Amino acid sequence: MGTETEHHHHHKPVSEIEERVKKLEALLVEKKLVDPRTLDQLVDTYEHRVGPKNGASVVAKAWVDENYRDRLLADANAAIAELGYGGRQGEHMVCVENTPTVHNMVVCTLCSCYPWPVLGLPPAWYKASSYRARAVSEPRSVLEEFGVNLDQQVEIRVWDSTAEIRYLVLPMRPDNTEHLDESALAELVSRDSMIGVATVAATV
Amino acid sequence: MNGAHDLGGKHGFGDIDRSQTENFAHEWEEKVFGLTLACGMLGKWNLDQSRFARESTDPAEYLASGYYEHWLHGLELLLVEQGVVTSDELRSGSVNSAHQPSAVAPEKVAAILATGAPTQLPDTTQPRFKINDQVVVINRNPRTHTRAPAYVMGRVGTVISHHGSHIYADEHAATAVKQARHLYGVRFEATELWGKDCETKGTSAVFLDLFEPYLISLADHVMRLNIHIAGPADE
Repeated sequence: MGTETEHHHHHKPVSEIEERVKKLEALLVEKKLVDPRTLDQLVDTYEHRVGPKNGASVVAKAWVDENYRDRLLADANAAIAELGYGGRQGEHMVCVENTPTVHNMVVCTLCSCYPWPVLGLPPAWYKASSYRARAVSEPRSVLEEFGVNLDQQVEIRVWDSTAEIRYLVLPMRPDNTEHLDESALAELVSRDSMIGVATVAATV
Repeated sequence: MNGAHDLGGKHGFGDIDRSQTENFAHEWEEKVFGLTLACGMLGKWNLDQSRFARESTDPAEYLASGYYEHWLHGLELLLVEQGVVTSDELRSGSVNSAHQPSAVAPEKVAAILATGAPTQLPDTTQPRFKINDQVVVINRNPRTHTRAPAYVMGRVGTVISHHGSHIYADEHAATAVKQARHLYGVRFEATELWGKDCETKGTSAVFLDLFEPYLISLADHVMRLNIHIAGPADE
């Protein structure tokens, strides 16, 4: 089978769905089952407050503090809580470390499980059929699509989040970053590198 | 259920569309997200029931629709199933049944999110497997919710971790009862899952977290096979 470039998007017209959602929202608000301010707060939390900056600070700390790195790999929940992160969809965290011989990447083939407290909500592609289908069976091709070309000898470990354990990838610290402090290092760490579909480069 | 959501290893989906890097593409998606979480906080159903409701979308519809359409479908289904709204209300958009105001106040949101819904429970049994045990995923095809994907059914893996006992997702989705079942991290070699000619032969493995009822020891599995093979000769 050749490379398929055609995407499978057959979404319904937006207006039809918009109307359906509006009607549902109005109904739930009228029944006092939902407070509109609560809706705003939920969206605001995950759009503006909880996101990959949290995870990046965890990664940067692990890079500069070997004791923290050890704690993170031994008990990710406790180590992540040290920085004040935790809660919904990150109740049971595990951190997996990339090395010159092992590369980790994370997927949820059954739905879209993702470590919200450290990465926020997943990008659209993480929830879409193609990534969910292919990450487990052709991880090398998937990584190449993301521009990551690993040496053939590197072992790829794919973590399919099938239960309530959530995974954070600890990417490798790039070379020539000895002069950077923790906050400057955190700036280098992308969301995708903590999902395991990117590596971290010394410059942004 | 092994519906359209069970996507691991399926072919034909093409390249990954990375054009939309953020979570929400439309305002209505934000609404569906907010409504789903806010309604979840009413405590009428749990996350496993939510997942099952989303999976139960018609397979053709599931594959043709976007992610938050699955959420919308799941939310509407649960609201009606649990008697929170009537299907007539859903259709018409106007209230015609008695209701109890129970909206979660915005002041409570931060604390609810910070607590989340931990699934670990005290052990009620000894774990059947230990680290490095070889296990086989039992071939079972419940029509109800399960977290054992089709692509590992009948495959041999190695236990790499024991996460303690967690709420058994299958039972939680079916009856809302919180049964404690041991949960293991299991490693499957790529060749075991995808054949000896797979893309990453010898250089990749897939790790899943699987509940004890999904698993049988390789030794027991082989014994059953032997009995099966020996069976006809004994007759």
